[in-house]
Amino acid sequence: MSLLEFKNMTVEFPTRRGVFTAVQDVSLSVDPGEILGVVGESGAGKSTIGNAVIGLLEPPGRLAGGEIYLKGSRIDNLDEDALRAIRGKRIGMIFQDPLTSLDPLQTVEQQLMETIQLHLKQSDEEARASAVSLLDRVGIPDPAIRIKQYPHQFSGGMRQRVVIALALCADPEVIIADEPTTALDVSIQAQILELMRELCRERSVGMILITHDMGVIADVTDRVAVMYRSRLVEEGPTEKILGDPDHDYTKSLISAVPRPDVRLARFPVVEYIESAGDRRDSIDVATHWLGAGQTESGGETMLRVEDLHVRFLTKFSFLKKNRIYLDAVDRVSFDIRQGEVFGLVGESGSGKSTIARAIAGLYKPAGGHIHFAGADLTEVRTESEMDRYRRQMQMIFQDPFSSLNPRMKVLDIVAEPIRFHGLASGGAETRQIVMDLLEHVGLGAEAARKYPHEFSGGQRQRISIARALATRPRFLICDEPTSALDVSIQAQILNLLKDLQAELGLTMLFISHDLPVIRQMCDRVGVMRHGKLLEVAETETLFESPQHEYSRHLLDLMPRLEVLSHELIAGLEMAD
Amino acid sequence: MAIQQDEKKPGLWARLNDNDIAYSFFHSPIAMAAAFVTALIVLSSFGAPLIAPFDPFDPAQISLWDGKKPPAWEVGGDPAYLLGTDNQGRDMLSTILYGGRISLLVGFASVFLGMFLGVALGVISGYVGGWFETLIMRLADIQLTIPGILTAILINGILRSVLPPELRDEMAIYVVILAIGLSDWPQFARVARGATLVEARKEYIQAARVIGLRPALVMARHIVPNVMRPVLVLATIGLALAIISEATLSFLGQGVPPTTPSLGTLIRVGNEYLFSGLWWITFFPAIALVVLVLAVNLLGDWLRDTLNPKLR
Repeated sequence: MSLLEFKNMTVEFPTRRGVFTAVQDVSLSVDPGEILGVVGESGAGKSTIGNAVIGLLEPPGRLAGGEIYLKGSRIDNLDEDALRAIRGKRIGMIFQDPLTSLDPLQTVEQQLMETIQLHLKQSDEEARASAVSLLDRVGIPDPAIRIKQYPHQFSGGMRQRVVIALALCADPEVIIADEPTTALDVSIQAQILELMRELCRERSVGMILITHDMGVIADVTDRVAVMYRSRLVEEGPTEKILGDPDHDYTKSLISAVPRPDVRLARFPVVEYIESAGDRRDSIDVATHWLGAGQTESGGETMLRVEDLHVRFLTKFSFLKKNRIYLDAVDRVSFDIRQGEVFGLVGESGSGKSTIARAIAGLYKPAGGHIHFAGADLTEVRTESEMDRYRRQMQMIFQDPFSSLNPRMKVLDIVAEPIRFHGLASGGAETRQIVMDLLEHVGLGAEAARKYPHEFSGGQRQRISIARALATRPRFLICDEPTSALDVSIQAQILNLLKDLQAELGLTMLFISHDLPVIRQMCDRVGVMRHGKLLEVAETETLFESPQHEYSRHLLDLMPRLEVLSHELIAGLEMAD
Repeated sequence: MAIQQDEKKPGLWARLNDNDIAYSFFHSPIAMAAAFVTALIVLSSFGAPLIAPFDPFDPAQISLWDGKKPPAWEVGGDPAYLLGTDNQGRDMLSTILYGGRISLLVGFASVFLGMFLGVALGVISGYVGGWFETLIMRLADIQLTIPGILTAILINGILRSVLPPELRDEMAIYVVILAIGLSDWPQFARVARGATLVEARKEYIQAARVIGLRPALVMARHIVPNVMRPVLVLATIGLALAIISEATLSFLGQGVPPTTPSLGTLIRVGNEYLFSGLWWITFFPAIALVVLVLAVNLLGDWLRDTLNPKLR
């Protein structure tokens, strides 16, 4: 008998525009000590499954059909009181964001003890002792001291450990983990996943691990269920699904994951998922508008960053000497050659985005020089002189949902740089250029009449690219351009960037935390940590023989679509 | 590569039904009733010269002999004066219609002034920051510690004493607008600044800066349209408050003169006769004021609930 089983589960969300079926006819089961991965792209219904099992569907969602069994007894028809007794006690939960899963006003001790005493009849002493031993078990150093602290005194990784301890406190039989490591850096992600797997084995807890990340699936799960458009398309042992998938969707999903081991010319195009895009004509720079005005040549080096220093004021004081600064970028130097794609990789807070913004003129450096196209941008004093360089340098941002003004039509968004820099001789020509650009990024001219909210994340990122191209730039800064996108869409956008780079001879600064993406996109890479540039090398050289210790560490942690050797990770000290 | 124009446009009703705000409006009886009443009052006030039986500002039509007549249904009422007449013999119904026009005019104009000032100062302080922000926000804080109506009275008093006496009556309405508008801006400034802080961090603002747009253009084209939602909600509620402020000022004798009475002036004039049994002079303008303010307030509440789903 399985631990948790649901049969023919259907979840519906009635809206005034009709009933939306989020999960359709899905049957799955978990055994003790087993980790079942549920994978799919955004909107596939994977999180809804988790919420439905524990009876926490967002209104107006409802379980429209099917049965849920916990150790053979049916739980989907229980009332709210009975469900509450199961939730937390027999089914534990771990959510994506460790910050919002914990009460900021209570110490970790209060939260753990409350949960323990709610579900297990224990005295204060006993409850405190079990809380401390749980924290110890999830790998928090000095648990007896740290238990007195508030959640904000823990780092992201440590906080997620506390959430895991909280989920384990009542000795649950099943744990539902919804994107438990998505908000964490790779090195911490590896530690957390390892911990979750150990705990499941050790306590024979069944786990449903919901994620969009194939690397996570490969790392820890025993079996995988693949969701696509609210249906279960394939289910089976992890090795079988990843190595020899039956369903076309699974195949295309796996092929779209950037490969860390070898560089490909293009990403495999996933026709199954979104047919839009990739049907574009290539641009002939010699005759095209985008190629006009590109006569000036900046020589061999497009951009040279020298001793760049950017700092942020963290504590203000009227006395200069009492002000406290954080060095976000600490004396970094590198250069980018004409026509090259230069990558910057590092974990969150390493300063890679800050460098990009300093180059683009969004932050004023505290020191150092930025030489671009033969001029020192830190020496440029007038706005109109700066405009000349701004036109040649554009930026693509991370979040497609906030990088477009929601009150402007796509036509005006893309036309804004053209109008500002006076690159067209009139309204009609501007329109023509915008339509043409939209065609070239694979959207079609009719997109011009719509507002941003009418597009999906990937399509919005195409609009962003069109806007960046509209100044006819020679240098493009891409700041995590695909990290907010599903993997299939990511492949399309990266292909588009590759094509445009080749056709227009663009020079690119490509920033990512994702090493496989870096390998596919970049010619040379810089590795950053804590505001310092540790190593710069040709991409292939870096991946084959990293020189710096931290680069090796990052490469070791890179999730691969083959089961990793975990001794390495376990051996690393928990630097967190 | 012309835009394909042959795509069929959905009908007006289908588009309205697809729009969340319109949908919410047509499914809220209170909002519809409030909108109907507001529209009725606004239309009849501004159409007063067409529908009012008399022109209360035309001395030729006023006769003191007809003064203090009760409503038509009371003993001694005159069917020509449906709601009776005031002490000077002006028809109450006509006076209320004309008075509502002044109340609404002052309300709209002062809210617009306060909104314009507040949004401009709030957006600039939110976007530019530094000492300008500190200065503006402290000023707003100081002004918020004083009740708005006191500020309005103060500004009103100063402006009146500056004006030459012969212009006072003529300029009274503009003085009131200025006084209420200036007492109103801090709330708009705070809301606009808060929304600006949220918007300015978003990437479309950074994209605009990377293109090279100057701060003034970034604020005008990108930030202002995106902070207007909460500001408009505040403006609707502020409209009701401004109408009340005007009525209060006029009631205190600080507002528009009795020769061109607003609702507040009418209530004040009537107040003097209330205990002589001439209740209608103050009662009908007061009812008109209450209905107008209530309807506008209900509309504002509905708008707030619709635009900020988190509050529901």
